[in-house]
Amino acid sequence: MSAVAQQAPKKAPTPKARKSLNAGQARNGLLLVLPTLLFLSVIILYPLINAVVISFEKDAGLDKATGMFVQGGGAGISNYTHWLLQQCGTESCPPGTLGAQFYSAFWVTIFFTVVSVAIETVLGIWFAMIMNRDFKGRALVRAAILVPWAIPTAVTAKLFYFIFAYDGIANHLLGNIGLGPFLWTSDPWAAKFAIIIADVWKTTPFMALLILAGLQLIPSDVYEAAEIDGATKWQTFTKITLPLVKVPLMVAVLFRTLDVLRIYDLPAILTNGVGGTTSLSMLVVSQIRAGGFNSASALSTLVFLLIAFTAFLFIQFGGADVIKRPPGAKKKKDAAPPTAPAATAVAAQSGVTP
Amino acid sequence: MAQISKRRTLAACAGIAVAAITAAGCSSSGGGGTSSSANNARGPITFVQGKDNVGLLAPMVAAWNAAHPTEKVTAKEQTDKADQQHDDLVQNFQAKSTTYDVVAVDVVWTAEFAAKGWLTPLKDSMALDTTGFLKAPVAAATYNNTLYAAPVSSDGGLLYYRKDLVPTPPKTIAELQADCAIAKKNGMSCYAGQFAKYEGLTCNVTEAMNTFGGKAVDAQGKPTIDSPESVAGLQYLVDGFKNGMIPQQELTFQEEQGRSAFEDGKYLFMRNWPYAYSLGSTDASSKIKGKFAVAPLPGVSGPGASTLGGHSAAISAFSTHKATALDFLKFLTSADQQKNNMEKGSLAPVIESMYTDPSLVSKYAYLPTLLTSIQNAVPRPVTPFYQGVTTAIQDNAYAALSGSKTAAQAVKDMQAAMLAASSGS
Amino acid sequence: MTAVTAATTRAADAAEAQEIVFKKDTGAKVRMYLGLAVLVIWGLAPAYWMVVTAFRNVGYTFDTSPWPTHVTLDNFKTAFSTGRGNHFGAALVHSIIIGIVVTAVAMLVGMFAAYAMARMEFPGKYVVLGFILGASMFPGVALLTPLFKLFANLKWLAGANYQALVIPYISFALPLTIYTLTAFLAEMPWDLEESARIDGCTPAQAFRKIMLPLATPGLFTTAILVFLASWNEFMLASQFTTPQTQTVTVAIASFTGSQPHQEPYTAVMAAGAIVTVPLIIMVLIFQRWIVSGLTAGGVKG
Repeated sequence: MSAVAQQAPKKAPTPKARKSLNAGQARNGLLLVLPTLLFLSVIILYPLINAVVISFEKDAGLDKATGMFVQGGGAGISNYTHWLLQQCGTESCPPGTLGAQFYSAFWVTIFFTVVSVAIETVLGIWFAMIMNRDFKGRALVRAAILVPWAIPTAVTAKLFYFIFAYDGIANHLLGNIGLGPFLWTSDPWAAKFAIIIADVWKTTPFMALLILAGLQLIPSDVYEAAEIDGATKWQTFTKITLPLVKVPLMVAVLFRTLDVLRIYDLPAILTNGVGGTTSLSMLVVSQIRAGGFNSASALSTLVFLLIAFTAFLFIQFGGADVIKRPPGAKKKKDAAPPTAPAATAVAAQSGVTP
Repeated sequence: MAQISKRRTLAACAGIAVAAITAAGCSSSGGGGTSSSANNARGPITFVQGKDNVGLLAPMVAAWNAAHPTEKVTAKEQTDKADQQHDDLVQNFQAKSTTYDVVAVDVVWTAEFAAKGWLTPLKDSMALDTTGFLKAPVAAATYNNTLYAAPVSSDGGLLYYRKDLVPTPPKTIAELQADCAIAKKNGMSCYAGQFAKYEGLTCNVTEAMNTFGGKAVDAQGKPTIDSPESVAGLQYLVDGFKNGMIPQQELTFQEEQGRSAFEDGKYLFMRNWPYAYSLGSTDASSKIKGKFAVAPLPGVSGPGASTLGGHSAAISAFSTHKATALDFLKFLTSADQQKNNMEKGSLAPVIESMYTDPSLVSKYAYLPTLLTSIQNAVPRPVTPFYQGVTTAIQDNAYAALSGSKTAAQAVKDMQAAMLAASSGS
Repeated sequence: MTAVTAATTRAADAAEAQEIVFKKDTGAKVRMYLGLAVLVIWGLAPAYWMVVTAFRNVGYTFDTSPWPTHVTLDNFKTAFSTGRGNHFGAALVHSIIIGIVVTAVAMLVGMFAAYAMARMEFPGKYVVLGFILGASMFPGVALLTPLFKLFANLKWLAGANYQALVIPYISFALPLTIYTLTAFLAEMPWDLEESARIDGCTPAQAFRKIMLPLATPGLFTTAILVFLASWNEFMLASQFTTPQTQTVTVAIASFTGSQPHQEPYTAVMAAGAIVTVPLIIMVLIFQRWIVSGLTAGGVKG
């Protein structure tokens, strides 16, 4: 493998030359990100701050004398303890309230995320590697793979609702081979997997496409060298392909993770939360519908914190490259050019602190 | 910020109401800061409703506009999903939008919107005459003894049965249970309802509870569901699942799955809304054409207590042309329009006499049965916390039906959850 | 310009290298085609069911024969009919317009930011990166109400105000755009650019002629993801569109059965099939840019 190891860093530039070309561009850099910051501030930052602020106010309560709602005033952190400590007023939330579902929603959302993203990643890599090859009808296969991603989620959810109905095609086909019938939208485990199957089907193309684009960046001489070295396919895959597509792969995994942590449409339409499939976002929506906009904002903030924490874990332990690799790795390379792909990744991880 | 101004106006509104409960209440300020002169104001208005399935809306609006050239109505259709209609209305009300003047509201939203100060009370100068209307839809549009919406269409549950196999439909639950033997003999399932976890479950469960004499909330909106009667009602459904009267797969059934299975000849009985009647006779795939009929839902001794469905129309508190809006409500509830809705769109009228109108009955044979159903109907809990209440009922009833909780415990938890929901978390 | 030539031959060689692997082992070839079959079936089976249902008579909606039965075009007519106040055809146009504008602007803005992230050092860079990622962490539904109030005040919620959708869509698309583009830009062999500049290209030329072609797979992949995100969006569209800007997802949600409670499955599936077609065409047209470099060279070789 020694040849391979030495081939890979070829693409790493001579650090000094590049740095000199990019020196003194602080102001230009800020100018280039300014439009982005403007868009995000108006559409996301403003509403987000707004939501955080009102999460410390009480929901409108009913004035018993008039039968009319009055706004509640300051709430302190009671909207947060409502969810975290399951407090409904002075008691703990009874079953059948939204508050009582917080931890179940929390864990099932994590479960969806871990299982879906794991399956999507494996399938995505496999799809991407197949799409990357040369064969007849390649264009059609690529289009076929993208079909699930092209169907609007609302239609996908309806489609799977229809497929997983008790008298639907899934039970019909499984019945032909002697399985089932399953209560796909009622049984706790079947319901969870119905949602995961639909989610994986829908979003694997997203992964595959991003990984495929990453594969395009791998210089061919690396593969040649591997071949000459007599590396097995598995070695080629784990020692070359994987480290080299790591950054696009981690971007795909990170964004899918952030998406599944906010999953809404599929469980809402497929199961409406039956069998413990209520996701956190479904809870937020139900709480808003029930008129509790302030406590819903608190819940949204909690979800935000959960996701931010997850993203932090990704950056810290899951391959720091995603957020800081591009600049961080470059810095590190300036100091000591790595000698192998694996070393690049390690270097990137150790070089995260700006 | 809008949140703050909302608090201020609501507080103001509440203050006025305390001072004058018997007088104008919130009507003049309406919670929205519109002047009382809006009550007399006339001009063009916008009417918002859920998606029109049957093409009733356009001709109706055209008819109104022809007669009222200076007070034209613009119709806006929302999507077909009740939740999305609800969200759309809430967003507009929260933003105090003057775009919507008359809004179609599902019967279960009236109390919430009224208590938020978003609807104009229909009293005093804005009063609407409801003489001759069915009682249940009027009750569902009434909050705090004040009418807030004009009932426009009604709906009730019916028992569909296979008249080729069941000569006389069961009048009582005991008879229904006994008739399940016929289903067994014919290799069919007995009873289809709506038991998936969604709004339909609330309908089916409260129906059973009300039939046994339970009551979800009292006149003041306080939860009173924890009673032996409610337990008996839920127990009847739980037993149904246990003894095979209701097959397990019904835990996934909404209206359409039940209808399709019934049309496929798989069920002897089905609880459903009137819409299944014409589809059962016209659907190409229906195997039961001419073989089914409808009866009132069975009760303990007489007819059961159906859930009430349907829509009302209300005037937004932020409307600037309320006098026109009121006229439009009167137009919507007029005998002509009601009859037209039934003839062209099978929307059940709210005027009682229509159900015995020979010209309608000859075309819609189920009307007299539906009348019995609606006359015995109980509105779903009239409470401004309806979303929380229905979640409490759905979650706990579903747990009981799927066997993870006893009926008694489920009902107890419903009561506690409804209380928690009504205290505003 | 030697470096450039090197890049192309390099790409061609890679494809050849893979070819060699296949020729060596017919078993591998068989396995690849088996894999392909699984992959295509995976992608198309549920979509196949969508199409079968789309062509099925509405009276047989719940039929489970796995092949097309009771075939009819009625559902497509229903989908496009304006008789019930639906304007699915117009909605298709709106969605395409919105999708193109969103993709173009998001790519441009995202490209600026990604270039700065990947190639420049400036103060606060990590804060900006974190902020951009943070923007895709808040549950979207919780942003709805404040935005609704904002847009209502701006009077954007009536008439043909495309910006009420376009601006939020761009904002929601930017984090992913910037992260993917940054990842690709950072992975690119920038030494080629420098070689080109040593060979006498201006910085702009070097970027356009050398780096841009190499970046095309990443660019087109990102653009497709952005377009699809805008194409699929429902939540904002359901609240912020007017009849003049209604998008396909909202139009589909407005489908109804002929009766209350009746679910218009067949028409929804027909609409689902219709909205998928433009995407497939787009992918077929763009696919050689999605996968350029390596495999394109392979075709030549």
